[in-house]
Amino acid sequence: MRHRLKALAAAAASVPITLFGLVLVTFLIGRVMPIDPVIAIVGDHAPPDVMARVRLELGLDRPLLVQFGIYLNHLLHGDLGRSVMTSHSVVHDIKQFFPATLELAIVAIFVATVIGIPLGVLAATRQGSRIDTVVRVFCLAGQSVPIFLLGLLCLVIFYVKLGWAPGTGREDVIFAGTIPPVTGLLTIDTLLAGDWDAFHDALAHLAQPAGVLAYFSMAYITRMTRAFMLDALAGEYVITARAKGLSAARVVWRHAFGNISVRLVTVLALTFAGLLEGAVVTETVFSWPGIGQYLTVSLLNADMNAVLGATLVIGISYLLLNLLADAAYTLMDPRVR
Amino acid sequence: MLTRRHLLAATAATPLATIGFAGAAEAKTPRGVAVMAKQIDDIISFDPAEAYEFSNNEVDANVYRRLVAPDPHDNTKIAGDLAKSWTVSPDGTTFTFQLKTNARFPSGKAVTAEDAAYSLQRVVKLNKTPGFIITQFGFTKDNVDSLIHATGPHTLVLKLPAPQATSFVLFCLTANVGSIVEKATAVKHEAAGDMGNGWLKTNTAGAGPYQMVSWAASDHINMTPNPHSGIHVNTPRIVIRHVKDPSAQLLLLQKGDADIVRDLTPDQIKTVAADKNFHITQSPQGSSMYIAMNQTMPELAKPQVIQAIKWAIDYDAIAKNITPNSWVVSQSFLPKGLPGALTTEPFHKDVAKAKALMAEAGLKDGFACTMDYISAAPYGDIAQAVQADLAAIGIKVTLVAGEQKQVITKTRARTHQLAMLVWGTDYFDPNSNAQAFCANPDDSDNSKLKILAWRSHFVDKELTDMVTQATAELDAAKRVAIYTKMQQLSQERAPFAMLLQKISSAELGKGVSGFVIGPLPDYTKYAEIKKA
Repeated sequence: MRHRLKALAAAAASVPITLFGLVLVTFLIGRVMPIDPVIAIVGDHAPPDVMARVRLELGLDRPLLVQFGIYLNHLLHGDLGRSVMTSHSVVHDIKQFFPATLELAIVAIFVATVIGIPLGVLAATRQGSRIDTVVRVFCLAGQSVPIFLLGLLCLVIFYVKLGWAPGTGREDVIFAGTIPPVTGLLTIDTLLAGDWDAFHDALAHLAQPAGVLAYFSMAYITRMTRAFMLDALAGEYVITARAKGLSAARVVWRHAFGNISVRLVTVLALTFAGLLEGAVVTETVFSWPGIGQYLTVSLLNADMNAVLGATLVIGISYLLLNLLADAAYTLMDPRVR
Repeated sequence: MLTRRHLLAATAATPLATIGFAGAAEAKTPRGVAVMAKQIDDIISFDPAEAYEFSNNEVDANVYRRLVAPDPHDNTKIAGDLAKSWTVSPDGTTFTFQLKTNARFPSGKAVTAEDAAYSLQRVVKLNKTPGFIITQFGFTKDNVDSLIHATGPHTLVLKLPAPQATSFVLFCLTANVGSIVEKATAVKHEAAGDMGNGWLKTNTAGAGPYQMVSWAASDHINMTPNPHSGIHVNTPRIVIRHVKDPSAQLLLLQKGDADIVRDLTPDQIKTVAADKNFHITQSPQGSSMYIAMNQTMPELAKPQVIQAIKWAIDYDAIAKNITPNSWVVSQSFLPKGLPGALTTEPFHKDVAKAKALMAEAGLKDGFACTMDYISAAPYGDIAQAVQADLAAIGIKVTLVAGEQKQVITKTRARTHQLAMLVWGTDYFDPNSNAQAFCANPDDSDNSKLKILAWRSHFVDKELTDMVTQATAELDAAKRVAIYTKMQQLSQERAPFAMLLQKISSAELGKGVSGFVIGPLPDYTKYAEIKKA
């Protein structure tokens, strides 16, 4: 246990170094991109004197290392700079865009976990059966169908044809700008505002994009659960448990699943982290104003403060989730205890 | 048989099912609200002294008013907006505007000549991106206070340091940068001498029919009527929703969750056109697609090669097969609709003629070059069509795809060979494009004018001089004649193959009418939008 805690502490200590590396690499990539960041601000038609002034204002005339030093200094003081695309501070933008993605990812990972793990266990315990085949095909489709196609299909079926779900966006136009942002999670904020209609509307808007992401994640979680379980069910300790006359449910859930749960935590943590940075296609199809869209638009417009800020937030999320997974290992792995 | 397991599973699934059904949408936009689905992630600032993108210029056109505006019945003529009347001194240097007395800001205060003077002064003093539209007349931070000033509550005098064509000056004042801001509001929110720029980036203070009440970047814009504007609006609330995906826009229109959609693809426009529930409104835009030929490449510098390329391209096939409903053939540097624009298209695909020109240039066996283009629809397909057309006359083109700003960066660095790009006119006067495509008085790296001619090393003294001559010509008819001549000369010898002109279209839902798309975003109006 002490050894494990030491490893955990070492992992935590490496976070600042990893973040520094992340910021440095992103910064350098931003500066060597074949896009002039000044054009992103002043446009193609601006006269040379305006472009020269903005170049000076951005500090782009200085050596690269000096520019990085200045950025780092501001960063340590909590200043991520100003986004040229939104005219707001990057901190303000992240507070606006990141919760939208977080809300989507939380619901998606919850649904994917609740359905994906039992499905994986079921398929593994019925290996080779029709149920197993159906689950495998279901997972294969979830992993191989392009997510934008799945999103559009959902919109056509559930929104256009059946009318069960609302269209794109986070909320209906009648609620636009009416809910004061507290947490940034619209479902929570609508509850805090005591507006039940807005809450229902937010939930309804969440269902489709979260459902699409959930299906995508569930396919992976189910596949991994099935593979882990098949491995575990073939273990000698499982045969021993069966030979001892334990019930099938006890063998599967207590002995086999108990053993794979540690590995599953890593799968879940990485899947969740993937949702935080990889939801951009879903966000585009469903006009969901999340961090993925923010990062993509910023990148295409060479809005480097925004790109660095968003990358940093996603990087921190990844590292934190990794740390959490490591901590969970420590708590769950009996060999460590 | 209902088992305990089934019951548990059904219970567990209930909350999920509720999510799907609870908010089942009523597929109608609310009464009194017009919902427009549009890509609006290009917005940087709403301050008229700074705004220079499509979406913010369009919003500003509905929340601000200018001294003058294009005549809605004939865009090539000028009509008064805030100005009731104006006079111009015989030497063309002094403009005196009499302002209307009934225009008011949302605060209830009347628009005064002092507001107008302050607005134009701050454009010059801030000198942001669109500032050159006003500063090109010779206004500087030091002289603008004395040259643009109010001589009475409703009288504004604007003196030019040098004579300029009257229509040139007036058309520049119709651009968004000529919008009148409420001085008191700007001063109230001034920080560190920014003349209210920081506040006006994300807020508005104009006398237009609407006011912007909220903006969430890449999400929505919410507009309500300016209660004091004196301009009737048919729809009390306009909501512009950021919907990037054209397919999603189409679905919203079909379900009735959007009244107007703006970014459909040509195929989707066809789908809408076939449905009698919807109708389409279109307007030619001041945006031109062209191929620039860098004159530092010896082959591309030969006049016969420039002509050969122009004769090799199948313009009609591109417009018909790749860009129906979105781009039309336009072979002059002035897009149709602008004063003085040519209406004839002299070039068509003539491979024999193009090959003869190549042979005349001593390049019978052709040559190889690269062509940079924007990696988005429809540019990729057009680039491939051009590649095939040029291959037919022996020019082997290697296509180089890039993000728009990447291609622009490369052409600004003058490192391209061929480059296919789009140029949008800055204001509704021929000088904007004439200067861009023809003027290059100094081809050095230190030039003060680094627009399209400079970027392709195109130096033509006659055309450069004609640009200056036209801006100083006080006789409107003579001025148009100069531009006609310039377009003909440009078609003969400029290293720009002008391809297409943008057609902007909007698709309107059932019972929606009155939406007017202007030839520039600065002229697009929402006040007449009406829902049955």
